[in-house]
Amino acid sequence: MNERPSSGSRLDPWVDSYAQRAKNVSGSAIRALFSVASRPEVVSLAGGMPYVQALSMDHMADVAARVVREQGARALQYGSGQGDIHLREQILDITAEVGVRAHPDDIIVTTGSQMALDLVTRTFCDPGDVVLVESPSYVGALGVFRSYECDIVHVAMDDDGLVPNALRETIESIRAQGKRIKLLYTIPSFQNPAGVTQPAERRREILEIAQSAGIAVLEDDPYGLLGFEGDPPRALRADDDQGVIYLGSFSKTIASGLRVGWAIAPHGVREKLVLAAEAATLCPSNYSQLTVSEYLATQPWREQIKSFREVYRERRDALLDSLQAMMPEGTRWTIPAGGFYSWVTLPDGLDATAMLPRAVAELVAYVPGTGFYVDGQGVSNMRLSYCYPEPDRIREGVRRLSSVVESELEIARTFGTASVPSPGSPTAPGESSTPGPDVA
Amino acid sequence: MKSRHVLVLSGGLSPERDVSLRSGRRVADALRDVRPDWRIAEADVDAALLPSLQQNRPDCIVPLLHGAAGEDGALRDLLETLDIDYVGSDASGSRLAFDKPVASTLVSGTGVAVPEFVVMPQSTFRELGAPAVMAAIGDRIGFPLVVKPTRGGSALGLSIVRQSEDLPHAMVSAFAYGETVMIQRFISGTEVAVSVINGPDGIRALPAVEIVPESGMYDYHARYTAGTTEFFCPARLTEKMAATVSEVGLTVHSVLGLSDLSRSDVLVDDDGVVWFLEVNVAPGMTETSLMPQAISAADLSVGDVLAHIIESD
Repeated sequence: MNERPSSGSRLDPWVDSYAQRAKNVSGSAIRALFSVASRPEVVSLAGGMPYVQALSMDHMADVAARVVREQGARALQYGSGQGDIHLREQILDITAEVGVRAHPDDIIVTTGSQMALDLVTRTFCDPGDVVLVESPSYVGALGVFRSYECDIVHVAMDDDGLVPNALRETIESIRAQGKRIKLLYTIPSFQNPAGVTQPAERRREILEIAQSAGIAVLEDDPYGLLGFEGDPPRALRADDDQGVIYLGSFSKTIASGLRVGWAIAPHGVREKLVLAAEAATLCPSNYSQLTVSEYLATQPWREQIKSFREVYRERRDALLDSLQAMMPEGTRWTIPAGGFYSWVTLPDGLDATAMLPRAVAELVAYVPGTGFYVDGQGVSNMRLSYCYPEPDRIREGVRRLSSVVESELEIARTFGTASVPSPGSPTAPGESSTPGPDVA
Repeated sequence: MKSRHVLVLSGGLSPERDVSLRSGRRVADALRDVRPDWRIAEADVDAALLPSLQQNRPDCIVPLLHGAAGEDGALRDLLETLDIDYVGSDASGSRLAFDKPVASTLVSGTGVAVPEFVVMPQSTFRELGAPAVMAAIGDRIGFPLVVKPTRGGSALGLSIVRQSEDLPHAMVSAFAYGETVMIQRFISGTEVAVSVINGPDGIRALPAVEIVPESGMYDYHARYTAGTTEFFCPARLTEKMAATVSEVGLTVHSVLGLSDLSRSDVLVDDDGVVWFLEVNVAPGMTETSLMPQAISAADLSVGDVLAHIIESD
């Protein structure tokens, strides 16, 4: 051998300089597959993109033009770190629909509710603090909690969402280990990814448990107004203004591209969130806020939400009918009463992550279940989104998917891997097995 | 110097679409840097491609599609049908290279060492009973062994199996990427990639790149996440061994009838034997890919190398 150089190149001169939390995040072969899912040939039941085409683009153009023409100097300028006061007043009209009453000063406007998630976590959590999450839970929240090095603990769910007894037992067990629980993160209505909704009685019980344990509840409610039957479910925050931090968003009720969300928090928390928000972004986009504000002031937003509900209900029905008609025996799924998602359990313990390349080759995509857990659960699950593809495409997607599942069952039977979880998840810790937000 | 219209094709529908798009952008930029007067366009491979080629015919195409269609010869056959020049191996060479067992057999015929392998379609396991077939394979090849799809790159669907109990799951993973798998003896050694180009001085092998993945396995994550693999270029080989590795790269390029550029992945074991693993006719050109490192180590640039190939046609 020649005299060996002491070190080679790792193609990144800063590789030893990154914070531990940045090292926790990386791509994966599974995530790369979603690049194919963005092609029009592929029926993507993967991403949770709202169907913004249901908006009148002419009206949106008028709204945007009016904002620039009539309030341009303000729209294009820095604004308040807490958000535009008039918009905060209007937000209260929206939250009244889920029973939440507050003062405009209790609200902080954020760049999507994802930013509010980040602000709350950075305000509450030190590395190692426990955050309780549903089982499964929203991947974007898991990413935030992971980036602040929280100890994420899943709490069991059933068809009615978070299970109160499981919550009690988990709290006791964690406290017995001497750990500190900072937040209970929950999506009570039309949960992402499971599609389930907590009934009113269960909400009361969950609130009581959190109150008696002294744990702040982080209520994420992006889908609350998108129920298919009856009135919107009453938010947890409606019955506890001190113990619940409520997150809302215009991403699903107007347009995700505007990136406007909000948090409603008790006074002390809100002060901290505003300071944290100013440190992060100075202020939310004035242009986006004024566009939303103008839209709410001049457009029939309640009618538009009703129209979104109709679109999504038709698609939900297309998905559920197709699953019922085509999926192999042994496949199970949740029946969402609103929102964007159904949670599917594959027969005989098939591995949804291992199956994804075959699905993408057959031009259908979904999100494997493991991405919604931090502990390797979800191997035989997948999240199906019905929000974006039109009903005919959904039916075609399920047709392709059912054929993929049949093939996978045959392979699993051939190799005797059915009902036997693979040794370790194919996704390494920290690797992302979920698509970015822009994948349809 | 004649101005040219060059179209870089990337994307496609293979699992390596993301890698291909990154390769395509890098190559297009590299060509723009060295030939600012050329018209360099980029396109995906979809239903719009053929009408676009007929309306706006490029002088040359750089196919940077990884995986099927891009590397299996199909696209190149089409370009030949349309009588459009392109960079890289012709359809016939691409077909031979893309099929790992076929390439391995042809390379083995030249005397280059190839790890023992067997090839099985899914139907064989189904019809003859997977446990018996897997047991026979395990007995024949021995553990550890490598399971991989016969076609495709970026180590997708590849597993190193150290014990028989893990073989079924490795099979399922490989069959997710294709209908036939290759089960090959695992060789322990130094992982090296040798690139061959048609440069200003003719066909030549570039300095080999030695690959040392942090995790011990050069999988998809290690390939495309900067910082997770350490590369030595030139590889830490004796002069004699480096020459042998280059010779293997040139032999593979020649026996498969490849043109313009190729990258062979080989292993150098502790006894100094160079083992051929596979060859790529559309090597990755991303920020972390091997061929750009080899080109750089030869004091060349990706743009110059490709411009030369295009001008030589």
